[in-house]
Amino acid sequence: MPTVTLNRKTFEKLVGKKLNDATLKDRISYLGTDLENVTADKIIVEIFPNRPDMLSEQGFARAFASFIGAKKGFREYSVKKSGQKVIVEQSAKNVRPYTACAIVKGIKFDDEKIREVIQIQEKLHVTYGRNRKKAAVGIYPFERITPPIRFLAMKPSEIIFRPLEYPTEINAMQMLSKHPAGREYGHLLNGMEKFPVFLDSTGKVLSVPPIINSHDIGKITEATTDVFIECSGFDYSVQATCLNIIVTALSDMGGTVYSVEIDMYGKNITSPDLSPSFMCLDLAYINKRLGLSLKESEAKELLSRMGHGYSNGKITIPPYRADILHQADIATDIAIAYGYENFPEKISKIHSIAGEDKFEVFKRRAAEILASIGMIECKTYHLSSKDSQSKLMDCDISPLPLANSLNEEYSVLLAWALPSLMDVLKKNKHNEYPQNIFSINTVFKKGNSETGVIENDRLACILCNEISDYTRIRQIFDYLLRMLGIEYTVNQTNHSSFIPGRVARISVKGKDVAYVGEISPQVISNWELSMPVAAFELNLTELFDVLN
Amino acid sequence: MDAKKLAQNLHILERKVLPNITDGIDLRLLADNSGISDVEAMRAIQWLSNKGAVSISEKEKDVVQLGTNGVKYRENGLPERRFLEAIDKKEMTLSQIAEKSSLDREEINVCIGILRSKAAIEIRKEKEPFFRISENGKKIIGKKSLEEAFLEKEFPMDASGIAPEEKFALEQLAKRKDIISLSREKIKSISLTDFGKELKGVKVTIQTEDRLTPSLLRAGQWKGKTFREYDVGINVPKVSGGKRHFVSQAVDYIKSIWIDMGFKEMTGSMVQLSFWDLDCLFVPQDHPARQMQDTFYLKEPKVGKLPLFWKKIKDVHETGSSTGSKGWGKGWSEELAKENLLRTHTTVLSAHALSRIKKSDMPCKLFSVGKVFRNEAIDYKHLFEFYQVEGIVVDKDLNFTNLKGYLREFFTKMGYSDVRIRPAHFPYTYCSCEVEVLHPKRKEWIELGGAGIFRPELTSPLLGEEVPVLAWGLGLDRIISEYWNISDIRQLYGNDLRQTKEMKFWVR
Repeated sequence: MPTVTLNRKTFEKLVGKKLNDATLKDRISYLGTDLENVTADKIIVEIFPNRPDMLSEQGFARAFASFIGAKKGFREYSVKKSGQKVIVEQSAKNVRPYTACAIVKGIKFDDEKIREVIQIQEKLHVTYGRNRKKAAVGIYPFERITPPIRFLAMKPSEIIFRPLEYPTEINAMQMLSKHPAGREYGHLLNGMEKFPVFLDSTGKVLSVPPIINSHDIGKITEATTDVFIECSGFDYSVQATCLNIIVTALSDMGGTVYSVEIDMYGKNITSPDLSPSFMCLDLAYINKRLGLSLKESEAKELLSRMGHGYSNGKITIPPYRADILHQADIATDIAIAYGYENFPEKISKIHSIAGEDKFEVFKRRAAEILASIGMIECKTYHLSSKDSQSKLMDCDISPLPLANSLNEEYSVLLAWALPSLMDVLKKNKHNEYPQNIFSINTVFKKGNSETGVIENDRLACILCNEISDYTRIRQIFDYLLRMLGIEYTVNQTNHSSFIPGRVARISVKGKDVAYVGEISPQVISNWELSMPVAAFELNLTELFDVLN
Repeated sequence: MDAKKLAQNLHILERKVLPNITDGIDLRLLADNSGISDVEAMRAIQWLSNKGAVSISEKEKDVVQLGTNGVKYRENGLPERRFLEAIDKKEMTLSQIAEKSSLDREEINVCIGILRSKAAIEIRKEKEPFFRISENGKKIIGKKSLEEAFLEKEFPMDASGIAPEEKFALEQLAKRKDIISLSREKIKSISLTDFGKELKGVKVTIQTEDRLTPSLLRAGQWKGKTFREYDVGINVPKVSGGKRHFVSQAVDYIKSIWIDMGFKEMTGSMVQLSFWDLDCLFVPQDHPARQMQDTFYLKEPKVGKLPLFWKKIKDVHETGSSTGSKGWGKGWSEELAKENLLRTHTTVLSAHALSRIKKSDMPCKLFSVGKVFRNEAIDYKHLFEFYQVEGIVVDKDLNFTNLKGYLREFFTKMGYSDVRIRPAHFPYTYCSCEVEVLHPKRKEWIELGGAGIFRPELTSPLLGEEVPVLAWGLGLDRIISEYWNISDIRQLYGNDLRQTKEMKFWVR
């Protein structure tokens, strides 16, 4: 979740009301944002990803002012016609097909306003824009541009410009490796024959979205009053909503919004469109889900606290709200306006039969039996390394690999449980013996299931002391199965992790469920131990299945 | 205290050491002379010290011990010798030397430095350099070096009595990795106090019995015997038994809370299709949580098979289907949904459960406790796998006030009497809440869990109709860490056996 730092003075001016710290903190957290800190001149909040419109001083203050009742209801934003045109050329279609644009005039940019604009842009990029993939925003000093503006795709070697804060002109290919933004976001254009580019009518480059603006005609300074804004991406409605979020914030900053005509693949679109969307109010549904009995007038009041308008059964939803998908979202807004803290607490009278999963109970019994005879339970991770699972155990087994682990040590899923306990022994070399331990872990193998993976729970158990041997570990195993009331048969077997002739395969009702034996000196040395180890590994899932 | 009386009641171990205590005797020597183990001698001395009969003084001594490489080299020879022996007959490249001498790269680099400084090798530069033994090298191979002689000594070794040429070898070896280690050891020396001397001189006249034995009991021989008096205030050695891991104890406790509240347990796999873990929960396919840096995906098997109803989920994502929702728009990919991942939340178990619930099963209350995974580097605050618990209540008449009711009940049982909720956001719930509890000791609000009502885009396709499902969950590891005052979360699964043995049980 993005954290934004808001200028408290700007915020309070926009809200039109001064609140003391305690009330401010309380109200902010009940509005549905996570308050980090309030200081004399700053408000630091975390904005949830469903409300990108609250990422700016203006948007946040707008929502807050409605919520506390200072400026309630739907706010109209007027749009004047600029008469300017933006041409989207066919070549952009397969590269970055859509852009939504606007012009905002009459803002006196100072340091603080420039900071605010950059913050909105950056935070939108990270959140709603999915790191510029889904939406990337560019803001340009309009007076330096010669319209009409064209949006098209060109060979990167032919796009020559001076990227923002870069000393010289380079081409767009060089930009990818030489400019920090190119290195960070270059993957979004990687492998493309042509790059998207905004040009003005003199052929000057405005920007190469979603990477970087031009230094010459794409940089806002304190001399700027009028700006051209565009948002590019792959879904026009996303681009339009994103643009609306910025444009309404700039309007609240004191700017006047002007529309442009976008000639997009033969269609003419007037952008931005700051008209609201509508949804019918289903008050019965909302009352039922919230456990309230609100009257229409009350619902209207609560809606106005969330910046919505309402008349004749219809809700007017502001053009910058990206999160209202369903009547349930209206219910949420009404609940927030009503105040989560004001709802009563009622437990429902539902009769139901409780119960623990039978297999979970079985596993717990097994663990309790082992604990009762002096064994200590360990808990280990389900991820491990191929070396631990196979090489160090002298055992040819292929654990299932993860695609994107950060650490070699935890890059495969467990294929069996004993190696993790060997690791516990290794880590406890400095502690006193005997070390008699067990663990229950899920292990993974390929098989016939929805995911192609079969999971079993295995109980691994180890005696590690001077006298641990086959007899003693068999005694533990025998006690466990006798106490669980299970009969078993024992057969001689081979297993490369154990000493030949000292390892048994155990079966229950004809199903092989366990190995019991003495771990081979080679394996013990592989784990850098110098104490004999006797062990068993029992498949609890299969054991439970044959019993039931 | 009366020495005469006390002498009658000395423990057998005390009696064994007492005559052997000479002024300033070393504890180990005392143990040897008394024919008992070091530990027994220590116990006896401790008791005698409690009685004011002996004084113990500690001094420190520097001790040289072999490191892991030291042990290895003592057995297999120092790397420089193995290096020279490898090229004794003919010149070789580095990789040939590595193979013949079975030295690793790091060791070889050290060898080259040492051997060059002794002019024991010559290097011929080709495409790859070749190493050959020099005349000097042949001489070196023929005799034992000071370092080699040193390694053959007995360890641990007292550093104070070391000869000058040994000192040179020690310094050379100390520079190298893990060959030797120097440490300070505490040496205990024991002397008798005046009272101790008096005690030593007392003749034991009365025969006291040390233990009550079966044979004394059987023949009634105990009659008329005196038993040696104990110092009952004495510290006794600690015992420890087998036990469940403390995390398991906490998990069992949480389960008991759910059972108390009438909930039934859900279980399921850790490897899940993205489809169940994310798509069924209406998480948009471009949501940050799906990215590689947050979620573990499987390399093998990379994908699974979608269940038959997958088109319903596609529809809901793209258009909202018949749920009344707008959906996320076109472009839902079957391929992304098929990807196997390690479950990112136990909510995936709730999704599976909902898809199996029939009308006749409703109303119902379900819970799960299980490990979930996040692709995170381990540090003192973060683990890549941790416990999550979650509960859902399914019934057509449920509402938000009931959610608040359940949260109050649940967290009160967890030991937090004050609960409050604040608006939050999760992709799969509406009226989403952050649950905060008042910390009973610190008296401040702490975030403990999340809650909400499952979105219609989730319940409609899974249940077949939009039924309100209240859901809440929380991570356990934080509560567990706090209960046992663990500040480094890695200790939860560190399995330090000494710590595990000492850990108190979950008592709540």
